[in-house]
Amino acid sequence: MEKRVTFKGIWLPLLLVLPQIVITAVFFFYPAGQAIWQSLFIPDPFGLSMQYVGLGNFEYLLSNSYYRASFVTTAVFSILVTLVSMGVALYLADRLIKGPGVYRTLLIWPYAVAPAVAGVLWLFMFNTRVGVVTWYLGLLGYDWNHVLNGEEAMGLVVVASAWGRISYNFLFFLAGLQAIPRTVIEAAAIDGAHFWTRFRTIVFPLLSPTTFFLLVVNIVYAFFETFGVIHTITSGGPQQSTTILVYKVYSDGFVGQDLGSSAAQSVILLVLVGVLTIIQFKFIERRVHY
Amino acid sequence: MMLNSLIMAMGIAIGKIIISLLSAFAIVYFRFPGRRLFFWLIFLTLMLPVEVRIVPTYEVIAGFGMLNSYSGLIFPLIASATATFLFRQFFMTVPDELAEAARVDGASPMRFFFDILLPMSRTNIAALFVILFIYGWNQYLWPLLITTDPSMNTIVMGIKQMFPSGDDVADWPVIMATSILAMIPPVVVVISMQKLFIRGLVDSEK
Amino acid sequence: MIIKMVKNFLLAGVSTMAFAAPALAQTEVEFWHAFTGRLGELVAEQVETFNNSQSDYTVVATHKGNYSETLNAGIAAFRAGEQPDILMVFEVGTATMMAAQGAIKPVYEVMADAGAEFDQDAYIGSVKGYYTSSDGEMLSLPFNSSTPVLWVNRNKLQEAGIDPNTDLSTWEQVGDVLTQLKDEGVDCPMTTAWQSWIHLENFSAYHDTPFATKANGFGGVDTELALNSAAQVAHISAMGDWAKDGKFIYAGRRNEGGANFRAGECALFTESSAGYAGIKAEAEFDFDVRPLPYWKAVADEPQNTIIGGASLWVMEGQSDEEYKGVAAFLNFLSSPEIQAKWHQDTGYLPITKAAADLTREQGFYDANPGTDTAVIQMTAKAPTDNSKGLRLGSFDQIRGIIDEELEAVWSGDKSAQEALDSAKERGDQLLRRFEQANR
Repeated sequence: MEKRVTFKGIWLPLLLVLPQIVITAVFFFYPAGQAIWQSLFIPDPFGLSMQYVGLGNFEYLLSNSYYRASFVTTAVFSILVTLVSMGVALYLADRLIKGPGVYRTLLIWPYAVAPAVAGVLWLFMFNTRVGVVTWYLGLLGYDWNHVLNGEEAMGLVVVASAWGRISYNFLFFLAGLQAIPRTVIEAAAIDGAHFWTRFRTIVFPLLSPTTFFLLVVNIVYAFFETFGVIHTITSGGPQQSTTILVYKVYSDGFVGQDLGSSAAQSVILLVLVGVLTIIQFKFIERRVHY
Repeated sequence: MMLNSLIMAMGIAIGKIIISLLSAFAIVYFRFPGRRLFFWLIFLTLMLPVEVRIVPTYEVIAGFGMLNSYSGLIFPLIASATATFLFRQFFMTVPDELAEAARVDGASPMRFFFDILLPMSRTNIAALFVILFIYGWNQYLWPLLITTDPSMNTIVMGIKQMFPSGDDVADWPVIMATSILAMIPPVVVVISMQKLFIRGLVDSEK
Repeated sequence: MIIKMVKNFLLAGVSTMAFAAPALAQTEVEFWHAFTGRLGELVAEQVETFNNSQSDYTVVATHKGNYSETLNAGIAAFRAGEQPDILMVFEVGTATMMAAQGAIKPVYEVMADAGAEFDQDAYIGSVKGYYTSSDGEMLSLPFNSSTPVLWVNRNKLQEAGIDPNTDLSTWEQVGDVLTQLKDEGVDCPMTTAWQSWIHLENFSAYHDTPFATKANGFGGVDTELALNSAAQVAHISAMGDWAKDGKFIYAGRRNEGGANFRAGECALFTESSAGYAGIKAEAEFDFDVRPLPYWKAVADEPQNTIIGGASLWVMEGQSDEEYKGVAAFLNFLSSPEIQAKWHQDTGYLPITKAAADLTREQGFYDANPGTDTAVIQMTAKAPTDNSKGLRLGSFDQIRGIIDEELEAVWSGDKSAQEALDSAKERGDQLLRRFEQANR
């Protein structure tokens, strides 16, 4: 997408992007490049020796059926997290835009709970025998057991990952909705447009730049930032039912110190999400109304 | 601890917003060589979790002598693309007529940026500030790694230190009470930013 | 090179607020550990006692997160030349640390260089064994070591009409009790923590059966897993049957089962001896600590169990003066008084015979019956090649694989044989990678 109207000049814009580029180069590209370079090696974690293996790490990974299976798990997980966190947030933002500010403040709280604490809370609530939620489910005649039931485990990590994220999305949807002149919405209401029609024809198109932003950012979140939740709640189990790609990157590299494998996995993940993002920009952004 | 967390969270929020506003402005409102490349380079920062690159990043920080320092806590976490992307999205929705008018009036690009674009972005800046402040406030792993001086500990590190190790006992009520206390500053930020949201609403009704 | 250039460029504009360490008359010894909560306070107390006991050295203890975070902090710091003198590393990281020659300085060398008094025979064989080289030299100092025992909720047994003093030394006997408990309508006859550690690693040592070839990896990195032999398959198979009948309730990969046992839900619980403080604080029922059961059908009497926990590694690249301080501190930690207190406060094992004797003299075992169970279980027999410990690379990932395979047994998706065969196959791949990295 391009702006029709632009300013002239080459040095000014370069100067403007310079701070971000310098910081990104020094604190991201240089270290990230080093980390990724290790995908061609089997290195010792202390940096004492490195064995060049070419694409050996990639062959090792892709020949492993358990690793290949986690692509599917990742897809299911990411789609669910994105849908749940954006869907709920959009619904709440639309409902609460005119409501008292208290609700809006309260809705941002889940994001403010430190992830470390949130993980423990989920564990407490869903403990298979002494958790509060498990107990209530038991009263309803439902036997909750996420430590052996893979689908329940997936449900739990999806909800736990989406939970804090709803606040994040809610906030940006709210900001986006407030930019829409109320007169436009009211006019539609006077015309007797149904909630859904009004939403689809007016609100959603006007909100599409925000939605596109959130779509891309949430997919990236689901792919990259969710290993902490999974580590605390399920450790990837039961069996492999919640082992998503980035969790394996984390547990092999950060916990297990197999840096070659974890770097190769990062490359695979980076390419995968990179392509996904390019596709989003190429195809979905066309439908965004700026 | 609260003070360290506050400095870190403010540093990250303000730093990120400033550099992102500038670069998003450049990327949307100028056509210069490398524009697309820069955008994608910035975008790539979303795609490698901190844990993967933490050891080399630590080496960079140590090389700069930034261990146990606020700059060491803040800079590596500013290098991210979310904010730039958000402002790019927002700038794209700003009607072209405004820039056109500014150009016809002979206003400089920076004048347009400060007088028109910045005030219009207020709601988004407020939303982003809330998010980034909380993001900075809740950082755990990075501060843990680069600080050894207890006077540089952050509040989340403090909370984690109260957790039990291994199979030991812990006083959960006290831990949870502390966690709630630690949420007060983020909540204050949310409430004070609330005003900006409401003002945004009033303005759009004029 | 590039870094330096950018550094000079940036330093002009960036005001670093780094704190310069004030010059001290005392030599500072940096100690990074992974203890939080009550245990963190106990460590701080040990350090303070040491600092007050002499005036040449100051130990500065810093908490660096959980075990894996502490290890990463140590690695990152070493690569940047900022490493501490002493780093705490969990037992599964032992092979990684051992292989890192040039990053670590073995404890026996530190002691010899510092001219410190150091009698390796004073340490309990099966505790230090985990951290010694194949020729018996101590590489790292065992810090917190525990071993699995059987916890019994006496009230639960009584309610089910079972004599709470009933003999539970063998799994055969436990099996009968589980059946009675189930028949009496107990929802959770037995649960466990750390399944791989207790029911495979310790099970193997306890029945003097290899867990891996080459003396469990002590003999070389070309080791292979041997956890799918008849004895292990029989045990996992029995556990699988109990799980199917609702006699064994699986609660999770870590110590989630602890919450269930402490709440009085479960009758029997296999868990580390270090669970003592927690159970004592929370349990509102009478409980017993019993030795880990063994299968009479497999062994006439049990061998010793192995430990879990962490040890202290000394990092390379410090001054002689600092190593003297390290030696003094490690000796201080090993002293009977400190060890006895640590053992009594935490339920972790004492690392020396003298500390165990002192604890007995102080009357602690009489006042707290059962607390010596773990010590007896560890020291009853001299460790064999199968019960010294485990020295396997990528061990954390291997445990992850074992967890996955065991979960398949508990849920009835796989037979014990299939699961353990698959665990061996997948684990061996990781061992080959580790071998390649450390050739």
